[in-house]
Amino acid sequence: MKLLNYTTTYFAFILVFLLALWALIFYFEILDEIYDSMDDGLDNQKMLIIRKARQDTSVLERSAFEDGNYIISPTTPEITQGFTDAYRDTLMYMENELEYEPVRLLESVFQQDGSYYKIKVVTSMVEEDDLRKELFFSLLWLYLGLILTIVLLNSFFQQKAWKPFYKLLRRLEKFSIDKDEKIKFEETKIEEFQLLNERIDRLLKKSVESYRSQKEFIENASHELQTPLAISINKLELMAENANLPPEQMEELGAVLQSLERLTRLNRSLLLLSRIENRQFAETENIDWNALVKQIIAEFEDFSAHQEVKIVLGEEDSILHSGNRDLAGILISNLLKNALFHTPSGTAVEVIISSGKIQFENPGQAPLDKRKIFSRFKGAEKEDATGLGLAISKAIAEKMDLELIYTYSAHKHIFTIAF
Amino acid sequence: MKILIIEDEKDMRQNMQATLEKEDFVVEPVANYKEAMSKLGVYDYDCILLDIGLPDGNGLEILKTLKNKGYSDAVIIVSAKDSLDDKVHGLELGADDYLPKPFHMAELNARVKAVLRRRKLDGSNLLQIANVTIDIDSHQVKVNGEELELNRKEFDVMFYLCTNQNRLVSKSALAEHVWGDYIDQTDNFDFIYSQIKNLRKKLSDKNAELEIKAVYGIGYKLLVP
Repeated sequence: MKLLNYTTTYFAFILVFLLALWALIFYFEILDEIYDSMDDGLDNQKMLIIRKARQDTSVLERSAFEDGNYIISPTTPEITQGFTDAYRDTLMYMENELEYEPVRLLESVFQQDGSYYKIKVVTSMVEEDDLRKELFFSLLWLYLGLILTIVLLNSFFQQKAWKPFYKLLRRLEKFSIDKDEKIKFEETKIEEFQLLNERIDRLLKKSVESYRSQKEFIENASHELQTPLAISINKLELMAENANLPPEQMEELGAVLQSLERLTRLNRSLLLLSRIENRQFAETENIDWNALVKQIIAEFEDFSAHQEVKIVLGEEDSILHSGNRDLAGILISNLLKNALFHTPSGTAVEVIISSGKIQFENPGQAPLDKRKIFSRFKGAEKEDATGLGLAISKAIAEKMDLELIYTYSAHKHIFTIAF
Repeated sequence: MKILIIEDEKDMRQNMQATLEKEDFVVEPVANYKEAMSKLGVYDYDCILLDIGLPDGNGLEILKTLKNKGYSDAVIIVSAKDSLDDKVHGLELGADDYLPKPFHMAELNARVKAVLRRRKLDGSNLLQIANVTIDIDSHQVKVNGEELELNRKEFDVMFYLCTNQNRLVSKSALAEHVWGDYIDQTDNFDFIYSQIKNLRKKLSDKNAELEIKAVYGIGYKLLVP
């Protein structure tokens, strides 16, 4: 939910309750006020009638409302004793509306010429349900008006106020730590945003710095490892050449050499990764990918023949796409090697070049974990692989603005380079 | 043939020296820029192995000085910085070859010989071992004057082993040299075996007096029995 809608929703909810409560109180207040003034009017009328009765005794004969709004009936002193004026609501048939309508009635007693009388005065009352209806609708309009005003004002002011924030968000979204770019911060008068910008700036600088130093560390470490590795390998090679060692020891020496060579390859792969990430392969040219794939397949012929895996090439289309030739070669060879390496002998690796994509397919038992497969040292199952081949492929694809996708279908691992 | 090794790592220098001396080269090792410059001021060399990262100066400066003075010594840059920039820059400055560390001794040997061969235009393009003659330019192999049919890879294997005659060539050195850039990331070099097998068969069919001996677990050695 957007920040803007969030506050508006809260306002909408709270206002419903607040307005309802307010309406209730307002309603009773108004009603009270109306009754009060009606009762005052009735009292006044009563007094006027009593005064009139003193002059005109015919008034005392009125026993039905008819055209008047009062009736008078004789009563006994006992009833009169202790009688207090009573106001109450009742219904009365109205000729004009042909139905019973609520009226306010005042019941009182008075004494005239030694006789006691009871007087009832009525007045037409405000119709409560009409009042309620009116009140409800005006409240509804008020509510809608308020909400609309709030939404409009809110969006206007909030948008204005939060502008730097949203700009920052958009920039952060586009930010990627491995691209060498800085985030430009929007000037803002709002203190919180100034603080936010400042903190994010500091955080980013720190992350970029540690990212860079980590990269540098890997690169430097790999560089530094080259020479001792070279020395060890060369010393062992010379030793194997010079010393007349018995076969068992020669074999041991071979195992050590193999491990060292593996270390060298690992190291070289790490260096390559660093160099790809440092964007050191800047030169681009138009590459005939079909020819490149064929060339690399040819290079792997001996290897695949030894593994007893066939490489089947399907060319449905030709792909011309610019990029760095060295990287393209490494990408293709890594994917091909990966497929060859993980294919049981007697089966085949299929390379299919179709419109806008190159696919490498090899049979497999179960799908691989998509999230891990391109991570460093995560993909390798066989112990003699470096575990960097696919990580390098991914880095190259990213660098060349290609997409590298892994899918699994019909018992096949499929790596697709999409152009 | 005189070779100057400019390399600051002592062990590295010793390894290179030992390897090249086995091939009957006269080798002079120096450890830094200063020594190198003083040697170069006095003597001529057929080949210079030049490390770029020296403690007291950049190896590329030595190369520049050499070329400015018009020396025609062959230069092979040896660098731990496996970077394209260095390679391109070095070759532009007139280096003959670029060998990134770590490398196999067999590779060093082959590169030095190749550079020397290219330099001596008057020299022979034929390599003769026992009754086998290799024509390096036309990629032809003859046994007792009779042509031996080899495909490109078989020839490369054969030539590499012959260049490193009597030396132990590890499988990975052979793979990197013959199968090139893409294959060298593979850990499994067993596929070389089938090539060797074919080569052996072809050699023995023609009665070549060469033996490709397997050194178990490491690689191969070409011997003249």
